[in-house]
Amino acid sequence: MNKPLVEVQDLAKTFEVSAPWLNRVVEGKPRQFVHAVDGVSFDIGRGRTLALVGESGCGKSTVARLLVGLYAPTRGTIRFDGQDTRAVFASAGGQALHRRMQMIFQDPFASLNPRWKVLDIVAEPLREHGLVQGKAAVQDRVGELLKSVGLAAADAAKFPHQFSGGQRQRISIARALATQPEFLVCDEPTSALDVSVQAQVLNIMKDLQQRQGLTYLFISHNLAVVRHVADDVGVMYLGRLVEVAPKAELFARPRHPYTRMLLDAIPDIGMSGRARTPVQGEVPNPLEPPSGCSFHPRCPHANERCRSERPLQQMLGGIRIACHAVEEGRI
Amino acid sequence: MSAPLLEVRHLSVDFPTRRGTLLAIDDVSFDIAPGEVLGVVGESGAGKSLTGAAIIGLLEPPGRIAGGEILLEGRRIDKLPHEDMRKLRGRHIGAIFQDPLTSLNPLYTVGRQLVETIRTHLPLSEKQARERAIALLADTGIPAPEARFDQYPHQFSGGMRQRVVIALALAAEPKLIVADEPTTALDVSIQAQIIALLKKVCREHGAAVMLVTHDMGVIAETCDRVAVMYAGRIVEIGPVADVIHRPAHPYTVGLMGSIPAMDEDRERLLQIDGAMPRLNAIPAGCAFNPRCPKVFDRCRVERPDLAQAGATRAACWLLASHGAAS
Amino acid sequence: MPSALQRFFDGDVWHSFRTSPVAMAAAAVALLCIFCAVFAHWVAPHNPFDLASLELGDARLPPAWEDEGKPKYLLGTDDQGRDVLSALMYGARISLLVGLASVAVSVVVGVGLGLLSGFVGGRVDALIMRICDVMLSFPSILIALLIDGVGRALFPNAHDTLAFAVLILAIALPGWVPYARTVRGSTMVERNKEYVQAARVIGVSSGRIMLRHVLPNVMGPVLVLSTIQVASAILIEATLSFLGVGVPPTQPSLGTLIRVGNDFLFSGEWWITIFPGLVLVMISLSINLLGDWLRDAMNPRLR
Repeated sequence: MNKPLVEVQDLAKTFEVSAPWLNRVVEGKPRQFVHAVDGVSFDIGRGRTLALVGESGCGKSTVARLLVGLYAPTRGTIRFDGQDTRAVFASAGGQALHRRMQMIFQDPFASLNPRWKVLDIVAEPLREHGLVQGKAAVQDRVGELLKSVGLAAADAAKFPHQFSGGQRQRISIARALATQPEFLVCDEPTSALDVSVQAQVLNIMKDLQQRQGLTYLFISHNLAVVRHVADDVGVMYLGRLVEVAPKAELFARPRHPYTRMLLDAIPDIGMSGRARTPVQGEVPNPLEPPSGCSFHPRCPHANERCRSERPLQQMLGGIRIACHAVEEGRI
Repeated sequence: MSAPLLEVRHLSVDFPTRRGTLLAIDDVSFDIAPGEVLGVVGESGAGKSLTGAAIIGLLEPPGRIAGGEILLEGRRIDKLPHEDMRKLRGRHIGAIFQDPLTSLNPLYTVGRQLVETIRTHLPLSEKQARERAIALLADTGIPAPEARFDQYPHQFSGGMRQRVVIALALAAEPKLIVADEPTTALDVSIQAQIIALLKKVCREHGAAVMLVTHDMGVIAETCDRVAVMYAGRIVEIGPVADVIHRPAHPYTVGLMGSIPAMDEDRERLLQIDGAMPRLNAIPAGCAFNPRCPKVFDRCRVERPDLAQAGATRAACWLLASHGAAS
Repeated sequence: MPSALQRFFDGDVWHSFRTSPVAMAAAAVALLCIFCAVFAHWVAPHNPFDLASLELGDARLPPAWEDEGKPKYLLGTDDQGRDVLSALMYGARISLLVGLASVAVSVVVGVGLGLLSGFVGGRVDALIMRICDVMLSFPSILIALLIDGVGRALFPNAHDTLAFAVLILAIALPGWVPYARTVRGSTMVERNKEYVQAARVIGVSSGRIMLRHVLPNVMGPVLVLSTIQVASAILIEATLSFLGVGVPPTQPSLGTLIRVGNDFLFSGEWWITIFPGLVLVMISLSINLLGDWLRDAMNPRLR
C-alpha cells in the first residue's frame, strides 16, 4: 500500500513545429522543436491528489495527456501500479489499462459529442469494454452514474446543448467514472466555469474521492482552487518541475523563487494588504528557452551558475526542488 | 460631493427574437464618480458585459436599449446618432476588451494606431502626436518605447499587447474607461502586472474606470466600489471591502462563500444549488428566489429595490430598511 | 410526432424556410417535378415508349393551344407521334435518377476519403489532396467523356444497365472532390476537440471514432453541397446525352430529348426541344435555389 500508484521518472515530450518541408528547403529554415515537457519526475500516492500548477506553456496539460496515453513520451517512464504504461498501451493489455485511468477535460462544450444523447455518451465506456450487457442494464447503470454526480436519471435522454456548463462537466465526470477507474486526470476541470458552479463541481469531486478512494492528478492555473483540492502540489515552468511539496508546506513556505512569485501575484480577495515583490518579465518563448535554469531571466537570485547550468531535482526533506539558490542555501 | 461622471438610470436592454423579447438587463441604475474605479461583477449571463457595451454604444443588434438613460457629465448619450457616438468613443470614453489579439489591428504598427487615435480626437500635429504616443507607451511600462513604436502587434507578447491596448484607451485622455475582462486571458503573473498598471495610469490620468469581470480577486485589488449583478439586475452595490467581507444579499454571501480563499482551509466550499436562470425563464419577483436559502413569500411575488444595508445597498426583502418580517 | 421531427419543426431551419418565399417556391417547383418524375407511370397521359400506342398520323403536332394542336397532346408530339408531355415526365425521371445516383456515389467516395484524409493526416492526407488537385484541373465534362468513352470501348455491346452504371460513374468521378475537401476541413477541426480525445482515452479505436463520433458532426455542409451537386449532375448528364454519349437512346433523358428536338428546331417545330429545355432549367434552378437557401439557413452566423 505504500507504493505510489503513479510513478513518473524523467518524463519528456518534444513536438516538432518546423515549417513545412518545402519552405525549409527553399528558405533554408532549420527544424524547430518545442520541449513541451523536459524531464519531469513525481509520484502520486494512492487516494491522494497531486495538483500541477503553472502558467500557459508550462507543459502541465501535456503531462496530463502523456499519463493517459494520448501522447507517447519522447523519453522517460511512467509507471502505473508498477507497470510501464507505454509498453502496456502498445500491447493487448492496453484496454485494461484504459479502464483503470480516465480523464476530465477543460472545455465543457467541446468534451461531449453534440450529436450524441447523454445516455450514449456516458454508456460509451461501458459498451466499449463490454462491462454491462443489455439495453436495460446499460440504462440503469447510466442512471446510477448520473445520480452520483447530482443529475437526474431522466437526463440521459437529453442532448448536451440542453445543459449548462457545470452540468456538462458533471456528465463528463459521470462518463469518466463509468469504468470505475482508480486514477482520474483532471485537466483544468473548473477553469471554464463560474465561481458558484465551480464550487459545486469541486465539492462533488471531493465527495467522490472520499467515497471511492480515487487518486487525482489535478491540473490548474488557479492556486486558490489548488489549495482547496490538493494534497501535494507541483509547480511547473517551461516544461520543468521546479518544486513539488505537500500543500501546507508549499503555501506556507514556498522555496523556489518562481513559486514565491506566483503566490505573490494572486489577487488577494482577503485584502490583507501584504507587501508584494514586484513581478518582472514574462514567460519566454518556448522555442528559445533560456540557457541553464529557464527561470533565470526573471529571478532576483540568479547567479552565473543559474545562467549556465540546469538545476537538477533534489529531495530536501520531503520536498522536491530544482534550484541552485536553494541548494546553495542562498535563500 | 461633486457631480457624478456617469449616471445610469433605469437602464434596460432587450433582444427581440422570434420567440419573444428577452430582457437581458432589467432596470439597472448606478453612478460613477470622477476618478473612481467601479467594479461590475457577476457570473456568465448576468449582463455585466452588456452593460458595458450599452454604455460604450456597441450593443450588437438585435440587442437594443429598451428603456432608461445614460448620462455622461450630465449629457444624455444613449440616444446619440452613430456619428456623434463615434466621436464620443475614444475622446470621452475609452474601451479595453478581453482579447488583446483582436483589439489591435494586425496590419498597422502600434505607433500608427496610437497616433491615428490621438489625432482623431485631439488637435495635435503628427510630431506632437508621436511624442505623446511614445510617452503613453512609456507610461504603460513598455521598455524601449521609441523602438516598439514601429513594431506590429504580433511582435508583442500577450501582456505587452494589453499594455498597448491600455495606452490606446488612454490616448485621447478620456474621463471614463470601460474595461471588459481585461486580465482574463492573461497568465496570473502578468495579470498582477496589468492590474497594477491599470490602477496607476488611471489615477495619473484622472480617468474613472468601470471594470467588468467575474474575478472577485481582481475586483478586490483594483476597485473602490463594486456592483454585483445577477440575471440582469444589480443585487448589491457598495464599497469593496464591505461587499466582500460583510455582504448583505444572500447571493453575494453565497458567491463569496464559494470562492476558495488563499488564507483558510475549508472542507467543502459553500455552494449555491441550481444555476442562473436563462433569459427566457427569469422568475417573478426576486430573480434569485428559487436558489435563496432565506426565501419567503414576498420574494416570489415582488421584485425588491436596492435598499440600505449597513455600508452597502442590496435588493433583498430581508433588509430591515424594507420593513421586512424578521 | 416523433421527437426528432418535433425538434426539426421547432428549429431555426424550418422557420427560415417558412419566411423565405423563394425557398418555398423553389421547393414547390422541385417537388412537383420530382413527383411527376417518380410517378410518371401513373401521371403521364400517355406512355411514349409503348410503340403500339403511337399513331404516326399524330406526329409533329404543335401544343394544344395552337391552331393545329390536339388537346390530347398538351404540349404537342415529336416526329414519331410521342406525346411531348409524357416524354418529359419519363425523361425527367431518368435525369433525376442518374443525377441522384451519381451524387450518392460521390458522397460515399468523397466523404470517405475526406474523413480519412482529415483524420489520419500526414502522407495519406497529402496524397489524397494532390489527387483532388489533379482532378480539379480537368473540366468535369472531359473526365465524364473520358470514362464514358473508355466504358464504351471496353463493353461495346453493353446492356442498358451497364451503360447506366458507366454513366453514373462518369458523372460521380469528378464530383467527389468538393465533398472530400469540405469534409477534410471539418474533420481536422473536430479531430482536435476534446470529445474525440475523451473517446481515445476510453480506448475506442480510430476507425470507430471516425465513423461514430466525427462523421455525424461533419455531415452538415455535405447536405448543402449535395443539393447543389444534384442540379449540377443533372446538367452534366443532359450535356452528355445531348452530345450523344449519355443515356442509351431507348431510355431518353431530358438531354436526349433536347438533342432529338434540336434537329426540328429550324423547321419550326420548336416545342420538341424547348419544353425539355425549360423543364431542365426549372429543375436545376429550383434545386440550386433550395441549396442556396439551405446553406444560408444552416450557417449559424447568419441566423
